[in-house]
Amino acid sequence: MQEIIDGITQAFQLIITLNPELLEVTALSLYISLSATVIATLIAIPVGGLIHFHEFTGKRVLITIIQTLYSVPTVIIGLLVFLLISRSGPLGIFGLLFTPTGMILGQTILILPIMTGLVITALSGVDRNIRDTLISLGATEFQSIAQTVREARFAILSAVILGFGRAISEVGVAMMIGGNIRGETRVLTTSIALETGMGNFGLSIALGIVLLAIALIVVLIMNLMTSGALSDSDRVRGGPQA
Amino acid sequence: MIRISGVSRKFGEREVVSGIDLAIRRGEIFSIIGPSGSGKTTLLRLIDLLDRPTRGSIMFEDSSTEGPEHERRAIRRRMAMVFQKPGVLNATVEQNVAFGLEFRGMQKDRVHERVTSALEMVGLSGLSQRRALTLSGGEMQRVAIARAIVTGPEVLLLDEPTANLDPLSTGIIENLIVRVNRERKTTVILATHDMGQGQRLASRIGVMMDGHLVQTGEIYDIFYHPVNRPIATFVGIDPVSDGIVESNENNLAIIAVHGVSVQAVTALGKGQRVALCIRPEEVTLSLPDACPPASSARNCLAGTITRLLPYGPFTRVHVDCGIPVTALVTRRSSEELGLAMGMRVNATIKATAIHVIPDPEDKDNPPHTTTG
Repeated sequence: MQEIIDGITQAFQLIITLNPELLEVTALSLYISLSATVIATLIAIPVGGLIHFHEFTGKRVLITIIQTLYSVPTVIIGLLVFLLISRSGPLGIFGLLFTPTGMILGQTILILPIMTGLVITALSGVDRNIRDTLISLGATEFQSIAQTVREARFAILSAVILGFGRAISEVGVAMMIGGNIRGETRVLTTSIALETGMGNFGLSIALGIVLLAIALIVVLIMNLMTSGALSDSDRVRGGPQA
Repeated sequence: MIRISGVSRKFGEREVVSGIDLAIRRGEIFSIIGPSGSGKTTLLRLIDLLDRPTRGSIMFEDSSTEGPEHERRAIRRRMAMVFQKPGVLNATVEQNVAFGLEFRGMQKDRVHERVTSALEMVGLSGLSQRRALTLSGGEMQRVAIARAIVTGPEVLLLDEPTANLDPLSTGIIENLIVRVNRERKTTVILATHDMGQGQRLASRIGVMMDGHLVQTGEIYDIFYHPVNRPIATFVGIDPVSDGIVESNENNLAIIAVHGVSVQAVTALGKGQRVALCIRPEEVTLSLPDACPPASSARNCLAGTITRLLPYGPFTRVHVDCGIPVTALVTRRSSEELGLAMGMRVNATIKATAIHVIPDPEDKDNPPHTTTG
């Protein structure tokens, strides 16, 4: 019990005094996971759109595969990427193993299925009537797709946030691809695993609090953005009567 | 303007519209009426080139519409369609109305100008910055109309534009449709299941039943001379079946129906099985002792009132004269005559007001009922 209390006390000291190691690990975590999220978003929206807006044989099967990959274990992605980028692998010449870039690659692959799948779901959520309306207004194929994506923006945003959440909280890829090298590839999750093993509960708890704080901030941002849509109804109540 | 020849459209094995032949004239308001599921929406979608017909062809002016998608889009951009559901996007009213112009690559300041004037026309100028999804149903439908007319279409297609709206909003939108037609010379094609709306707005009407265009004509033709029983029922007449033409002299026929003899104007010859269509507003009721002077071209049938139904400022009076006759009288005259259930009255109908339709399948039809 005393250990836990000491740990929490130490954790707050580390956070309040802005411990350099804590900051460095947090910054690297954010850098890697945000990069992976941005890259995955840039792939998931067009790919999701391509799948949603086209009819082809095997579409249902493809979507089922994507959905299955939502829950792929992080260590399997870790293994896969390890084999790809290790020196003897097909991408070995780039020397990505045990680098942040390698971790970004791994996390991107990890969150791509869930983001693509949720983008498809988001687009399916847009009323069929909207698409007809856009076409009848003279939209080209591209214009109508762009507007439909825009119409689904809030649902797509939550797909992005979910992807980021999965990226920043995973251990498998970070450990296997990054290798948890201090000052190079050590991120929040791998750090917690290591420090706990070494009995540094204070630092572990501090890192855990930071991780939770990031999750909280993400949720707050999401609520703020979606309530931007909701607050319109408040505006209505105070707005001019029609 | 638009010529539709032999157009059919299948969805899977089901033919939703079949063998439609129709010519839309420039500048008219043409109304497609018919019950739900009769294929009105599908026909409008074909005209707007959203779907391709399975068979047949559609000509827009003198252009074929069978070309590749970019050619069809060029033609589609000369039209605009308003759907039953307003289909507004999650954006401001102004942005919603601007879509059509933006798709055409118009410059921002001109877009703003056109959008402003379109919103003025539909009476939503004050709401241009509101989120469109927060508007009422009637307002959303006006946004949809503004969005359609802002591009200055030659043809405006409307699919049940007032189906889910209250009477007040319906009135506003009906006026708007007439104004667009008059002021902008826009050809309007309106699909509706509301007979009254078709009658109020359109110059010509086409009746659709089960995917077929069963009758096309001026309002008068459809309302007074429906070609068959289903149309008669749809335009508000309870046809009386089991009639048989007993004699016909110079188109003035004596028709025996349920033991009653009725005079009507028709070209159908002796022995023909017929059904009689009598519009309720053509029937005059009087007290039994006050039968108007008998005339050769007038029927005066004695009967008993079986039912009185309030109908806005009117009363629908069902009279059993051997055959069921429905009369539409104003509430005031109903009160003056003291009409009541079980009362004896005379129903007077001009021979010219009885529309006779051939009824070869009368044995297959269910027994006649006098529901209003």
